[in-house]
Amino acid sequence: MTAGQHGLDLGALLPAFSLPATDGQMHSSESLASQGLLVILFLANHCPYVAAWEDRIVAIANEFADRGVTFAGISSNDVTRHPQDGQERMRRRAREKNYPFPYLYDEDGAVAAAFGATRTPEVFVFDATRRLRYHGAVDSDYEEGSHLQNYLRDALDRLGTGQSVFQPETPLVGCRIESRQGS
Amino acid sequence: MNEEKQVVTALRTEPLQIEFLYWEECPSHERALRLLRDVLAQEQVPADIQMIRIESDEEAERLHFPGSPTIRVNGYDIDEDPAAPVGLSCRVYRTADGQTSPLPPRELIERAIRVQTRDPQLSNPAIGAEQQTR
Repeated sequence: MTAGQHGLDLGALLPAFSLPATDGQMHSSESLASQGLLVILFLANHCPYVAAWEDRIVAIANEFADRGVTFAGISSNDVTRHPQDGQERMRRRAREKNYPFPYLYDEDGAVAAAFGATRTPEVFVFDATRRLRYHGAVDSDYEEGSHLQNYLRDALDRLGTGQSVFQPETPLVGCRIESRQGS
Repeated sequence: MNEEKQVVTALRTEPLQIEFLYWEECPSHERALRLLRDVLAQEQVPADIQMIRIESDEEAERLHFPGSPTIRVNGYDIDEDPAAPVGLSCRVYRTADGQTSPLPPRELIERAIRVQTRDPQLSNPAIGAEQQTR
């Protein structure tokens, strides 16, 4: 684990969850994908770091959806503290930004706690056996530029061809998740 | 140096008083501080920068802190929004091209410094009027 970073250990199993989403459906850890890679993204409407990375997240999700990778976003902040993170605003955001994945509402923060997620955005990639293979940032800088190290994209490329990930854990940069559980 | 900058330098006698308010949980404050110092060097403006670390909701409320980082030049926020909620959070800035960023755009810092290094009522009627109402 990267120094100072919390969360599931590499190789840990996907935590079980079942949450409502912006598409009006319930999504569970089992229903999201029965095979292939699974990417869980902790997001937050109020967070400027999420907004800065958002277009890149959507682009990666669109690109890798064609390659059998499943994505899901989860919002875990306490809405009394961050009203922008409420369900209606989540629906609006998912629509405005054309999220190509379900955006799940973790009202009490229990799922963030189960993942040990502390930041937004924060990425967890699970392989077909639902073991954690990548945990960290989307890429190396919230400001887009030619110098980026494409952590998530590289992880998906390598895992998709049966290889191990070069940098399975990368430093988290973003807003602190402030859930009702105090994650 | 262009003519405008010569006028600005001539009018500037006292260092600008800059308050840099931040919350450790939002990592963009380090880059924002470098950006501020870079703009001050570019504009050749002396300034005293007071670093103010916000650590509680009470402090945020007391100092009307709308998020990290917040930069005030001679008491005026570089991106004043009276409707912005105060509290411990990461501040959202809008760039000129409409994007959202955790980092204040360079142009906002430049404008705030230029306004405060000359008579704000002459250089920017809108900001001058806003300041008169305080």
